[in-house]
Amino acid sequence: MTKEKRAGKPDLSVDKLQDMYIKMLYTRKFEEKVAYFFSRGMVHGTTHLCIGQEASAIGAIAALEEGDWMAATHRGHGHTIGKGLDLKPMMAELLGKSTGFCRGKGGSMHIADITKGHLGANGIVGGGIPIATGAGLSVKLRGEEKAVLCFFGDGAINQGTFHESLNMASVWNLPVIYLCENNQYGMSMSQKRATNVDDLSLRAHSYGIPGVRIDGNDIFTVYETVKTAREHVLKQGPYLIIAETYRFMGHSKSDANKYRTKDEINQWKEKDPIPRMRRYLEERKIFSAAELDAIEQKATADIEEAVEYARTSPDPVPEDLINDVYAG
Amino acid sequence: MSEREITYADAIREAMSEEMRRDPSVFFMGEDIGVYGGAFGVSVGMIEEFGPERVRDTPISEAAIIGAAAGAAATGTRPIAEIQFSDFIGIGIDQLGNQAAKMRYMFGGHATVPMVVRAPAGSGTGAAAQHSQSQEAWYCHIPGLKVVTPSTPYDAKGLLKAAIRDDNPVVFLEQKLLYRKKGPVPEGEYTIPLSKGDIKREGKDLTIVTWGRMVPMVLDVAEKLAAERNYSIEVVDPRTLMPLDAQLIIDSVIKTGRAMVVHEAVKTGGYAGEIIATICDSEAFFYLDAPVRRLAGLDVPIPYNPELERNAVPTPETIEKNILDLLD
Repeated sequence: MTKEKRAGKPDLSVDKLQDMYIKMLYTRKFEEKVAYFFSRGMVHGTTHLCIGQEASAIGAIAALEEGDWMAATHRGHGHTIGKGLDLKPMMAELLGKSTGFCRGKGGSMHIADITKGHLGANGIVGGGIPIATGAGLSVKLRGEEKAVLCFFGDGAINQGTFHESLNMASVWNLPVIYLCENNQYGMSMSQKRATNVDDLSLRAHSYGIPGVRIDGNDIFTVYETVKTAREHVLKQGPYLIIAETYRFMGHSKSDANKYRTKDEINQWKEKDPIPRMRRYLEERKIFSAAELDAIEQKATADIEEAVEYARTSPDPVPEDLINDVYAG
Repeated sequence: MSEREITYADAIREAMSEEMRRDPSVFFMGEDIGVYGGAFGVSVGMIEEFGPERVRDTPISEAAIIGAAAGAAATGTRPIAEIQFSDFIGIGIDQLGNQAAKMRYMFGGHATVPMVVRAPAGSGTGAAAQHSQSQEAWYCHIPGLKVVTPSTPYDAKGLLKAAIRDDNPVVFLEQKLLYRKKGPVPEGEYTIPLSKGDIKREGKDLTIVTWGRMVPMVLDVAEKLAAERNYSIEVVDPRTLMPLDAQLIIDSVIKTGRAMVVHEAVKTGGYAGEIIATICDSEAFFYLDAPVRRLAGLDVPIPYNPELERNAVPTPETIEKNILDLLD
């Protein structure tokens, strides 16, 4: 069935729209499953959920081209799914299995696949920003027409690595899109208490680069902005985007939400990016309600399949403990 | 044919230049390394040959320098990052110890990070507490890093070439007081493996394990005591501290029956403790005729006053006294 292209700002094919929508659903459902596993004590350690923030991850990566690089954060499941990495080794990694992306050694905070342009989630707030900058340098030294998308949060914007990297990328004209997912809080510290600059995109002025602040819960706005930024960085150096968003869940697996109100959470839930995209697709008759339900069912089934794969995968063997500290 | 003699700094420059000619993916970045030639003149003339893209002056941003090196290394280049004084690595320690060192292991072996961080170390220049440290034990304590500290121009060149070709992050600690010292370095191509120590002087009464600028100092004392008292002292320079050529040390101690470790770094938590534990954990323990001794820097920051500075670390006098305590 061929559908006409969606009328509106981004010129997106139906396939692309479906891909973006299902990746948001994958992210939500993957994380709901992970939250369930944690609540039942079925996995150990901790994890950081991006439920509520799916549009900034999926929308931004949808604007990249084949061969572009991406650096994720500790709240990185959406980044990984956005980059098109397989759900099965991703879920296997969460369960610590040998079939996981990191063979069970990384867990949620270190999922990476360099071969697919995924430079890694990162356990250190702001830790990935210099690494993404270095990937930009690598691309530039080889003279490639590739961009790097560097995700970080509002907490990272007050780290030295943010300042050092954006300045360096600016003076070297590196093709890096710096995308801050401002979900309004560090662990509990409000962005408004952590810096006296309300509009974080103003930070761009310090580096002589463009900076924009956008609605990070509107996947189309995110997509269009990153598309524009990508064109810019290939010719004129780095670009800063502040995507305003909100995490519905706690910082990590346990969080009593003492630092924010139920009203605030509920207000942001009104702006939940997934129903927003669904409404858009339905209202413009790009997909029927039945088609959208079918996409959702597929997302659920694929996550279940990933869970089954992970559950039945083998654990690492004891010898794996000492492998891969060094290359060669 | 008389053998060519060049300085330790020349040997380092030659190693970098040869590797940059050989492999276009190798590049060099750091503070003031371009037209200025580096704080110690190590890179004089390199920008003329390789240009400002591959001999890249950086802003004063150690975290971004080390992190960008890691990101560039993980994405297909071989960066050499110069940190102007090894003391400044602390500013970028997260990027070195938490990012570069761990990427391979925590990503399940799916990353290689072939980078070298070169930095001058050591006291004796009147630069006081923040420009004079010997921090090799810090880096040896981080799995995933290799740690090299050459004591001669010959070793500096061969080890640096091997470090640049190595697929792991290597911390290459140069000795400020050796930069102007000359030694024989052949014209031809050679490398020294990052796992092999070197017996700098053969002997049968006592093994002294030492590295960096302590090597020439210990050798002078050994010559003096050979002439004055007919003592036969073996001097073992591990050259690479991580991974350590433990067998070379063990075999030497089995031969001599006595051991001492001399290093400039402060005593408490210093690498001498590791080497002595290695000796005592091995069959060499049963050959010991005396307790193993360590002579190291005092547990103080390096002071400014020249006499205080000289006495904060081992001197020819304290080395001789400790040898006599063991052998008389």
